[in-house]
Amino acid sequence: MKHWGFKISKPRVLDFDTANLDAYNRLIEKVPSAHRCLMCGACTATCTANLHTEFNFRNCHLMFRRGQFDGLAEELDKCMLCGKCKLVCPRGVNTRAIIYNLRIVLSDLNYKKIES
Amino acid sequence: MDNKKKYFWNEYQKEIADDNYYYERSCIRQSFFPGSETAFLKILRDELGKTIIDDQNQHTCTGIGYHSDVVQFDTTMTICARLFSLMTDKELKNFVPSCVTSFGIFTEVFETWQEFPEELEKARNFLRKATGREFNIPENISHPSDIIYKYRKELKQKMKYQLVNHKTGKPLRVVEHIGCHYGKIFTKHAVGGAEFPQVLAGMIEEWGGEVIDYPERRHCCGFGFRQYLVMANRGYSVANTKKKFESMEPYKPDFVLTNCPGCTMFMDRWQYTIAEMEGKTYDENGMGIPVLTYEELTGLLLGYNPWDLGLQVHQIQSEALLDKLGIPYDPKDKFVGKSGKFIGQPEKPEILKVDYDG
Repeated sequence: MKHWGFKISKPRVLDFDTANLDAYNRLIEKVPSAHRCLMCGACTATCTANLHTEFNFRNCHLMFRRGQFDGLAEELDKCMLCGKCKLVCPRGVNTRAIIYNLRIVLSDLNYKKIES
Repeated sequence: MDNKKKYFWNEYQKEIADDNYYYERSCIRQSFFPGSETAFLKILRDELGKTIIDDQNQHTCTGIGYHSDVVQFDTTMTICARLFSLMTDKELKNFVPSCVTSFGIFTEVFETWQEFPEELEKARNFLRKATGREFNIPENISHPSDIIYKYRKELKQKMKYQLVNHKTGKPLRVVEHIGCHYGKIFTKHAVGGAEFPQVLAGMIEEWGGEVIDYPERRHCCGFGFRQYLVMANRGYSVANTKKKFESMEPYKPDFVLTNCPGCTMFMDRWQYTIAEMEGKTYDENGMGIPVLTYEELTGLLLGYNPWDLGLQVHQIQSEALLDKLGIPYDPKDKFVGKSGKFIGQPEKPEILKVDYDG
């Protein structure tokens, strides 16, 4: 393959025809408060894992809501489930439960098996 | 068409002059697609019997420099005013810019002068001080594709071939791509406006082809001056082309028809780039989808020699399309110039398949 000093940029458009939007409904069944999230980012601002890694809970939640699962399982593994995000959430969303259940739903979809 | 539809469709029409044109050539088309402008002049003069002046004193419209932010609009207006003065010298009133970028520039200048008469006076003063010349504003600005569209039925009467696969009898499936600066800036200057541009679709349907309506039909080709001028930014440019081709691929188009030099160039050449960088081609045979200008298509259907139209200069080779149309050609003449001498041939790409050995 040839290289001419530039790369072909990947599109940032979400394809809703191919996105699995049903997975989010399964999460809502398990954590109804997820529906109240307004993506303010307070959870990410206070996240300890975010201080040391690029883990971004707000982004993970948003991508999952839009049916974009690529790389999501690896990102969620960075969370230590400490629950600080839950304390600062202005909408009372059970963020800790979201992460825990996101891993289960993704596992059910065979995106990545959770070890024990 | 019922009266109500007809009324609204009239809102999307433009007036296209019927004769006595002043032709303004493109800076880049003559090197990228050298047969197209010559073919257009021949079609107008020999097939339609029109008068069109090809002035040797003409020059750039500054379009590429203007859109790359290296030429100010005052300069652009003055340069355009000089071109209009050349037209005035020839006692003509109908201006025909070959390039869609030029067409966008002239309509922008024209509309600016309509809205802000003081800018017109400024341009007149600049031109007078610089050259001592005067000019009249054109009564009509039409793109050459407008003129071919206007006379598509007359041309059909003279055509030897139709947009039909001569082996199967089925219409060829065609992607039409219209340059953004043709109808997206000042929509009233485009046939069908920005919403329903009909200029190329009208030709295709009249000449027997089938227009493909695919999701990214109105997406930019990726020319975007500031994207490709800096090498590091070319990824944005080629990404646009890739998006279009990925969108049209399932519809299996036989070829792409364009009316803009940039679109023809990039949709043709970026197919080579995508193939060599990612190993992907968008047709079944790995040869790419041919991209033609409307003059080349008109010339082909009229029976002109494909090599005189410059099809050998395209990156994507067009022999497969010629075979579908039933147009004869001599492979030995492909790289022979008008003097009868061998003009050389390009190197063979590593991944994209071509008909020559290289």
